[in-house]
Amino acid sequence: MCLAIPGKIKSIDLQYNNSVRMAKVVFGGITKEVSLEMLPDADIGDYVLVHVGVAISKVDEEEAYKTFKYLEEIGELGELEDVEDYLPKKEGL
Amino acid sequence: MKHMNEYRDPELAKLYLEKIAKTVTQPWSIMEVCGGQTHSLVKNGIIDMLPKDITMIHGPGCPVCVTSLSLIDKAIHLAVNENVILCSFGDMLRVPGSKISLLEAKAKGAAIRILYSPLEAVKIAGDNPDREVVFFAVGFETTAPANALSVIHAHRKGLSNYSILASHVLVPPAMEAVINDKESKIDGFLAAGHVCTIMGNAEYYPLSSQYKVPIVVTGFEPIDILQGILMVVRQLEQKKYVVENQYARIVREEGNTAAQKVIFEVFEIKDQTWRGIGTIPKSGYAVKEKYASYDANKKFSITIDEAPEHPECISGEIMKGIKKPFECPQFGKKCKPSFPLGAPMVSSEGACAAYFHFSGSVEV
Ligand code: SF4
Repeated sequence: MCLAIPGKIKSIDLQYNNSVRMAKVVFGGITKEVSLEMLPDADIGDYVLVHVGVAISKVDEEEAYKTFKYLEEIGELGELEDVEDYLPKKEGL
Repeated sequence: MKHMNEYRDPELAKLYLEKIAKTVTQPWSIMEVCGGQTHSLVKNGIIDMLPKDITMIHGPGCPVCVTSLSLIDKAIHLAVNENVILCSFGDMLRVPGSKISLLEAKAKGAAIRILYSPLEAVKIAGDNPDREVVFFAVGFETTAPANALSVIHAHRKGLSNYSILASHVLVPPAMEAVINDKESKIDGFLAAGHVCTIMGNAEYYPLSSQYKVPIVVTGFEPIDILQGILMVVRQLEQKKYVVENQYARIVREEGNTAAQKVIFEVFEIKDQTWRGIGTIPKSGYAVKEKYASYDANKKFSITIDEAPEHPECISGEIMKGIKKPFECPQFGKKCKPSFPLGAPMVSSEGACAAYFHFSGSVEV
């Protein structure tokens, strides 16, 4: 939960009377809606580190690629997908 | 992409290990604060490769592990007894409360939803005006901006059925508490990179100079960690005690000031109870009076007493770095990830789970 996942900004929507910037960010094959409120200068095409739905830092493409691959290797990308499918199935429940 | 494997390159790792070995002249204990770093250290076998003079101590760096039993009980109580849809991050689900976990409560029919982001909970509140939606807001400084932002979004939307059960824990006060604990002996710290992405480095200067400990802000990939260890060891050998930044490609000196602004719009600092450790002064965030109507603690005035930990679980000693997971008599016996007795066995970032899954040296 504490790690941040890098993705690429595909598009930006203005919401709440144009006061809030939300982006569609692509992580591997998955697209998520992400708040850009903490990164006022992030733009379409930029790579950003995203933590629980909020972009917290810009990263360069190479860094983004490396980090994504590493997270994939250590199995830390599960939270991106439909989380309900990822619930640990406990015996008897 | 010529650097693609740079942070996991075995040759580079070997080089760093040799440099560390050449630099060390006496035993040192270094605490990595972040659970992601513990995971990486154990999974990549770094612990076994380090010179024997270096002992890595695993810190309290998993917010899921340190969320107090009473808060988990309170979340379960809300989901079971009130007209509430309780939303949470997936990691929280299997953490045992004093009687059951959120997962068991869900299996019994409680309205519990697992989300990727607190912002999704605000949407759920908009779609369910006749229900109360509560987000169980755990996390360190990294997660606080997202949790605070959910309150701001709900406020902007004029929603009156959204609130958060805030359970934030702050890293620097925990590091200070660990330094001050007579039983723990720590010579230097790897500080948590993603926490510093938000808060910057300044919070660590007084800690480093007052207690004479090197603090190196460090990433979580294997080479980051080896570099961080080398930087700490160099300082220790030179009797230098400063804050250095190994993770400068992500962490700026001042942190993310927009995120800090959002945090302090919604939260104020308060004393916090850490599971297995106890109360640490000024180590948590509470929702400010201004946003009291979004504070589940105030909205549902339920008091639940702090229940004792499972009597056989030594999670407090594990999280302060006094004992290693395999020194717990129940490790891998009564306590396994499929049936955790304590929180460090639940989340994959907990020290007990990291050892259970990856440490080849441990028989389970
Ligand atoms: S192994 Fe289990 S019982 Fe022992 S300290 Fe870790 S979580 Fe607690």
